[in-house]
Amino acid sequence: MAQTLYQKIYASHVVGKLNASTDLLFVDRHLIHEVTSPQAFSGLKLANRSVRRPDLTFATMDHNVSTQRRSLDAAGETSRKQLEALAANCAENRIPLLDLTHPDQGIVHVIGPEQGLTQPGMIIVCGDSHTSTHGAFGALAFGIGTSEVEHVLATQTLPQQQAKTLKVEINGKLSAHVTPKDVILAVIGKLGTAGGNGYVAEFSGSAIRAMSMEGRMTLCNMSIEMGAKAGLIAPDHITFDYIKGKAHAPKAEHWDAAVAYWQSLYSDADAVFDQIVEIDAAAITPQITWGTNPEQVMAVDQSVPAPESFSDATKRDAAERALAYMGLEPGQKLTDCKVDVVFIGSCTNSRIEDLRAAASMVQGKKVAAGVRALVVPGSGVVKRQAEDEGLAGIFTAAGFEWREPGCSMCLGMNDDRVEAGQRCASTSNRNFEGRQGRGARTHLVSPAMAAAAAIAGKFVNIAAKPQGEQA
Amino acid sequence: MSKIFAQGLVCPLDKNNVDTDQIIPKQFLTSVSRDGFAQAMFYDWRYLADGSPNPEFVVNKPEYKGASILLTRANFGCGSSREHAPWAIKQYGFNVIIAESFADIFFNNSVNNAMLLIQLSKTNIDLLFNRCQQGPQQWQIDLASQEIMFGNNAAMGFNIDADIKQRLLSGLDFIGSSEQLNPQIADYEQSRKASQPWLG
Ligand code: SF4
Repeated sequence: MAQTLYQKIYASHVVGKLNASTDLLFVDRHLIHEVTSPQAFSGLKLANRSVRRPDLTFATMDHNVSTQRRSLDAAGETSRKQLEALAANCAENRIPLLDLTHPDQGIVHVIGPEQGLTQPGMIIVCGDSHTSTHGAFGALAFGIGTSEVEHVLATQTLPQQQAKTLKVEINGKLSAHVTPKDVILAVIGKLGTAGGNGYVAEFSGSAIRAMSMEGRMTLCNMSIEMGAKAGLIAPDHITFDYIKGKAHAPKAEHWDAAVAYWQSLYSDADAVFDQIVEIDAAAITPQITWGTNPEQVMAVDQSVPAPESFSDATKRDAAERALAYMGLEPGQKLTDCKVDVVFIGSCTNSRIEDLRAAASMVQGKKVAAGVRALVVPGSGVVKRQAEDEGLAGIFTAAGFEWREPGCSMCLGMNDDRVEAGQRCASTSNRNFEGRQGRGARTHLVSPAMAAAAAIAGKFVNIAAKPQGEQA
Repeated sequence: MSKIFAQGLVCPLDKNNVDTDQIIPKQFLTSVSRDGFAQAMFYDWRYLADGSPNPEFVVNKPEYKGASILLTRANFGCGSSREHAPWAIKQYGFNVIIAESFADIFFNNSVNNAMLLIQLSKTNIDLLFNRCQQGPQQWQIDLASQEIMFGNNAAMGFNIDADIKQRLLSGLDFIGSSEQLNPQIADYEQSRKASQPWLG
């Protein structure tokens, strides 16, 4: 029977049946970090259980770490305790950990692919919703809670039920200055934050085939923001080229067999999806969120919508509340809107291509007076490469802060916060109330848009005018 | 057979898309314990900037004190996978949440904490909010018969996945029930190693 990619991966991981509709699936990679794992380890201990497959488990420190300096102490007492708990749990259970002293440490969803841990056809889980990122490689990857983390530690499996399948087909060519971030924001704007609930979304079409691995990761990263259980992209030669030679990639003697298997991972031509959405890549323009969830998004040259323009009463209320929180008026142009903070980073947009795109907007210019701008590379690997390529120098010469790797201002668990009432151009993935700090006003944009906002001191339509021209 | 899963006062939280950053903000996530999150639930809405309770927020209203059933709208629990969100809600005292829809991860996390999440159509959710406008409500939830009982013989049915119902009714042993398949797990590991040796 014809199968979708999701169905193929699911079927190949069934260990057994637990119940009428619940299967036990094997987990190939379990990524852990300091915030969602301590209670899982204490639960294990309490029940006298051990970690079944420490060799399939990998840990990093990212959410809680200071990005100013590499010290467990740098982000406060309770953070230090949590980081120490992770280190102790990993040591005790022989789980490899990229701690703060490791040169490759970074955000879990940046380092998984970078280390070659992320491979096609795998089931990958992590106590973090943006685990969807790894779907870019044709892996079934999704976020789990701490009880499930404990379950995977104990059994290397997870009970699951089959999800519905959604195909998002994006054909055509992206215009200049339109990035995968704009694509996924446009998709979320169309489908809504709950549009993917209960579905695994597979992205396909010529625009996806043309995307780099990093672009595909940005896309899959935010599939959780439309509620999808996972995002998926069928692997191809771009995927294989990316993986080849990475530390945990299949070794030479297994490489051909692995690639042969990976090449079987696609949705059959006659596979049936529960829902199909088609999107014209050429019609997508640079996007910016105006509200407090990612579906409240528009093209940067549009005006902030009036709540009355929403026919659905609950969307109308939500818009009204969002505008009040964001300090915006209907009809206002965000290109007239001053920004206070610019954050370039997070598991959505902190990879080398993101930093290159941002640096291209910055080169030879200065951050506008009164704007605080920071670049937080996603990992030690990205940081070194950006320094070698001279990108770090471009940022610091312009007045950006150049940081150590971590989640940082994406959620402000460390000391990087946006103050109440401040407006932030952010390359992260959530513009929720208070996400970047209590009262913080977050606008999600691409790295190039964020960099342009830092220079202009306000939002800019980077697609509208040649780069370098003054507003 | 009737089996009351929960009964108590209903607190109506009339919002869509309540995300887990709202349910429990990040500053409470540095804990290494599973307990102590009740005070943190809905922190930014529940307390004013000076730390005093916000009298406008529905949970703080005297008539909803002691509520154990939370009624809300669509896409409740979206965003982060933090299980601290259902921990906080449960530790505060809610063990049933009724909504038009839930985010997937939040739903699983809640079930794993023996909470009952009831999903209803928008029309039915509107009806329940209308009831709440008539004054504080005391409802009973019968999980066996899948009914919300309003008293005076009035009730509304709900659907629930059979496996989840079974787990909630029989008491959960989340890891233990999977461990029954330990031999199959070992078999799977062996055949995986043979067919895909690069996976380890
Ligand atoms: S960068 Fe942000 S979204 Fe990504 S894992 Fe870290 S906190 Fe989560």
